Amino acid sequence: MSAALKETEQGFSARYRGLAARLPGAAEARRRAAALFGARGLPDTREEAWRFTSLRALAGTVFSRVEEPSEATLRLLARAPESDAPLIVFADGRMRADLSRLPRESEAEGGPRGGPGGERGVRVTSFAAEPSFERVGEGEPLVALNTMLAEDGANITVPADVDGGTLVLLHLGSGEAGQPPAFHPRHRVRLAAGARLALFEIALGEGAYLHNPLMEARLAEGAWLLHLRLLEESPDAFHLGSLHVALGARSRYEGFALVRGARLARSEVHAAIEGEGAQFFLNAAQMLGGEQLADITTVVRHEAPGASSRQTIRNVLTGRAHGVFQGRIEVARVAQKTDGYQMNQALLLSEGAQVSSKPELEIFADDVKCSHGATVGALDADQLFYLRSRGVPEKEARAMLVRAFLGGMLDAVPHEWGRSVLEGAVDSWWKGRPA
Amino acid sequence: MALLEIAGLEAEVEGKPILRGIDLAVPLGEVHAIMGPNGSGKSTLAYVLAGREGLRVTAGTVRFEGQDLLAMEPEARAAAGLFLAFQYPVELPGVGNANFLRTALNAVRRARSEPEVDALRFLKEARSALKRLSMADEMLRRNVNVGFSGGEKKRNEVFQMALLKPRLAILDETDSGLDIDALKIVAAGVNALRGPGFSALVITHYQRLLDHIVPDRVHVLTEGRIVRSGGPELAVSLEESGYAGLAAEAAAA
Repeated sequence: MSAALKETEQGFSARYRGLAARLPGAAEARRRAAALFGARGLPDTREEAWRFTSLRALAGTVFSRVEEPSEATLRLLARAPESDAPLIVFADGRMRADLSRLPRESEAEGGPRGGPGGERGVRVTSFAAEPSFERVGEGEPLVALNTMLAEDGANITVPADVDGGTLVLLHLGSGEAGQPPAFHPRHRVRLAAGARLALFEIALGEGAYLHNPLMEARLAEGAWLLHLRLLEESPDAFHLGSLHVALGARSRYEGFALVRGARLARSEVHAAIEGEGAQFFLNAAQMLGGEQLADITTVVRHEAPGASSRQTIRNVLTGRAHGVFQGRIEVARVAQKTDGYQMNQALLLSEGAQVSSKPELEIFADDVKCSHGATVGALDADQLFYLRSRGVPEKEARAMLVRAFLGGMLDAVPHEWGRSVLEGAVDSWWKGRPA
Repeated sequence: MALLEIAGLEAEVEGKPILRGIDLAVPLGEVHAIMGPNGSGKSTLAYVLAGREGLRVTAGTVRFEGQDLLAMEPEARAAAGLFLAFQYPVELPGVGNANFLRTALNAVRRARSEPEVDALRFLKEARSALKRLSMADEMLRRNVNVGFSGGEKKRNEVFQMALLKPRLAILDETDSGLDIDALKIVAAGVNALRGPGFSALVITHYQRLLDHIVPDRVHVLTEGRIVRSGGPELAVSLEESGYAGLAAEAAAA
């Protein structure tokens, strides 16, 4: 452990000590998280789960805390995709009810009650008003960091058999390189039996900052969560996020994430399949250039029989970018008839780009179907020439082939507005990027 | 001035000379055939004209409507009115045929400073072209050439040509792998474009395509050189005598 990284860790611990008396929620959970973080600190590449992703870039930075979101952050609101859907806005880690369009039954501290749109029984409160900790971060350094310092977040609840429609969770962040701020929002999603929700999480940013969100989601029997994510953090920012989702019987988690970056983005997804016949789908695309590194690390635990999990990750990498996918599937002895699948595919557009894949299967049941695979390739010269011979300029031809590489994945997003936003983000990736 | 003027063209592939000095002029409005045995350089000539990478031109010039064709990017050649019907059309998984064609058409129109066509007008034009080629509308919804039979791929090339309306079409063994019905459809597609503003270079190994697309001139290519040129009757006599005799004749000359 370098002295500089130690300095960063000590900065977080000192921040906790200064804030402890004022932080909402169970002090005991905070203390435990602080003890875990103090003992273990930030992970380094000697740990198996972090071998491809070094946090060295954080070393020596003592992250600051912001009370009030900056003007620069609030200006980012103009870049958010337009929709009429209920919207929860976080600015520099804090929920801003005044900028949000909360579902009618919602309450947020300091904000007006309700708003247009969400009359379907979706309830949104803030973590600041209703704090709770499902996990503190045992063996999970990013969770421990969040537990130690979380000040705000969204609690989203959909009652039984209610279709909650679409809800947008927007995070805006910005900061200056000298003393970049850190945000640790803590979100909770609860879908009661038979409930449905399309949650579109969008992160936009500018400048230097650390975004360390945690989402704890619980899907009761037969619930269905469509979780779209667009990660467009600033190219100078760090994103260290975790999602923990627990799936009840016959529930369905359907995730699609598009990661365009951050300087360094680690997105962890931990799924616990607790109920029989649940389905966990994760499709993710990482489009990276320059010196960007983005890492998707998943752990899917099958603890009930007859469930399926499918994960497909596609990387489009140029410059000296590095895409990482680590996928672990654990099948407990009781989880017979499990159907698990994972695939990591990469399109390398430059000599300097690289991709790392690490599948891990740990299977204790004897009647299961589990497979994994990885492919790496460049753009096909024949395809490129074919398009150009028909008059399509080279840059447009390359964009078409990249779009085709991600196409099936985008087409499968079962949400029209969400799909169009994601398609727009894929297509605009090329703007200002050398072909 | 001819539409296409090739002078002293030499080219090599991976250091091996393939074209060894080609002189050829195709005037506007004429259809010329290039015949020759396997390995004579027919496809290399087609690719050099279309601008494929990996082929090195070592000598000679190619002028297209007076412009230096070899200095142009492939997309600029297409915009200038050159079209290559591929011997082996490329599959583009994930790219819909309609989207592909409209993108190509509009790219070419933009380059020619013509207004782009909207989706509706495109569909109308595409459907009528499909009808003329006895092809199903369903073709538009499929991914480009993916899962197409050999004949469907070749017809898709002719369909693209019909939409892009080139000044010069190069057909690289478009007849290979076609049954007689498909051959007739392809030939009809080419013949429909024939007129004072359209030229074609029909590259083929066999004479049978030339029964349906009757050329104004026939050139015989062996070992990277044009060894004989003549009228359509040359194709017929070649069919009878074969290329072997010609090659010997050329060597003796």
